[in-house]
Amino acid sequence: MKKGDSAAFFVLIFLIILLPLLSGSTYTLTVGIFSGINALVAMGLCILMGYAGQVSLGQAGFYGIGAYVSSILSLHIGLPIVISTIFAMIVAAIAAVILSVPALRLKGHYLAVATLGFGEIIYIILNEWGPGGPSGFGDIPHFSLFGYPVDSTAGYFYLIWGLVAAVMFFSINLIHSRTGRALRAIHDSELACNAMGLNVVALKIKVFILSAVYASLAGSLYAHYVTFISPSSFSLFYSILVLMMVIVGGMRNLWGAIIGAVVITVLPELLRRFEELDVLVYGLILTLSLMFFRKGLVPILIEKIKKVRGFAVAKH
Amino acid sequence: MLSIKEISKSFGGLTALRQISFDVKKGDIKALIGPNGAGKTTLLNIVSGIYQPDKGEVFFFGERIVHLSPTKIARKGISRTFQHVELFGNMTVIENIMVGRHVKTKSGFFSSGLKLPSVMKEEREIQRKSEEILEYISLGHRKDEFASNLPIGEQRILEIGRALATEPQLVLLDEPAAGLNIRETRDLGEIIKKIREKLQITIVLVEHDMDLVMRISDSVTVLNFGEVIADGTPLEVQKNPEVIVAYLGDEEEIPGGYNAHT
Repeated sequence: MKKGDSAAFFVLIFLIILLPLLSGSTYTLTVGIFSGINALVAMGLCILMGYAGQVSLGQAGFYGIGAYVSSILSLHIGLPIVISTIFAMIVAAIAAVILSVPALRLKGHYLAVATLGFGEIIYIILNEWGPGGPSGFGDIPHFSLFGYPVDSTAGYFYLIWGLVAAVMFFSINLIHSRTGRALRAIHDSELACNAMGLNVVALKIKVFILSAVYASLAGSLYAHYVTFISPSSFSLFYSILVLMMVIVGGMRNLWGAIIGAVVITVLPELLRRFEELDVLVYGLILTLSLMFFRKGLVPILIEKIKKVRGFAVAKH
Repeated sequence: MLSIKEISKSFGGLTALRQISFDVKKGDIKALIGPNGAGKTTLLNIVSGIYQPDKGEVFFFGERIVHLSPTKIARKGISRTFQHVELFGNMTVIENIMVGRHVKTKSGFFSSGLKLPSVMKEEREIQRKSEEILEYISLGHRKDEFASNLPIGEQRILEIGRALATEPQLVLLDEPAAGLNIRETRDLGEIIKKIREKLQITIVLVEHDMDLVMRISDSVTVLNFGEVIADGTPLEVQKNPEVIVAYLGDEEEIPGGYNAHT
């Protein structure tokens, strides 16, 4: 891990431990839990889109697969939740392989539309054949680890953010590895990748699988937390929300995915006081932030830190 | 080592290559010259697997490679550069070279994410080897700059360095001197000679800079309108009347005709 990443990682762990101790309010922790769930999906899309350059508007599909498969398996078959969550990831991975058949032939806007179509297909399947149809179903068991139920809000907060930290660790290592470099290379020139002997097809399939597995994990965690799910949570709107998280945070930076997820999740809560105007203000803030921080929040923050350091060095 | 046998290729009604045959000897610097549109780049694209020829065969160390994908051909030991530089612009200079090391290394998705000791060891090896290559092509001082920020001359040399990182047997250079000034072209010539002498890598060079071609190549093949019109040492080719006509035009047809592409 590079210096900046290690420092950021340290801050992340510190905040995770501290937040439940400082604020015991269930409300704050619940918002924190949803931020963490969204961060998992956003990290997957960040690697897929920001690093490997493959746009996806279908992440809600994988998220939905995670939620539904895990819920059904644990509720109706009685599988332990850890197992049903893993099983859901496998199903999502298979779906990703199927999606990559058309996706490998497409780029840019065309890929965006194809993935959007994939998300819609999953949404329609959940609506038509999911338990409860459009109105969804409940009584999904709470998350439990090796027989111990994780039912306190603080406990679930630690579980989610512990997983966010673990996934972040994995993702940073991946990005700075041989594979990560290959993914970024695909983004810049597939022609040159071929000439270097890189198997572009295999790499693209793998990165689609990775993003699907992250989203599926998040979906399962969501379902076992809220214990009631319906298809509306897994519509195109959610895919776009995740896309916004990644863009607002900074596409080419993994930390941007976490920051973006927190900002997009917390912002509507902060805007509650504007009552019926909240959606308007929300839209205005997002538009302005994209106009003025086009690179995303994290890259801008890094530039600022470098500037301040530059001044400090100059003074000495 | 490389044998091109009766290659033909047409695009729509346009015949780009007609019955092209020639051999490249191991350890040679082979130049491929000819006026614009003669089919030089098309031929490189066929050898590197980007295009499939309509007819004919390419043999690399006696093995038929014409049906293979670009990736597989690269893995056989044929690397290349591009006429329009194809660097990874958003990656640093050293990272570009490191991508070239991809085929020679093997850490997977999972082990990389978990940062297993074997991955760390391999990563150090990639780093070391890549720095070595950067020193070799004299770009060590640019190590951490973004590739897209380099001047064109250095970009072309970096592209050669990236090709070398795959430890090829044969490197195809597509107009490496395009856009370079006289001094940069001279340095490039030195690097190409060094690659052949020290690394024993065979080179096929498509180039318009006749000065460079005549100075560094062992053998020259001249293409015109998709056909081989001459093949021999630089000296032989320079004296060939057909080559002179192809380059300067037939005196009787166009009095004082001059082609700008030399």
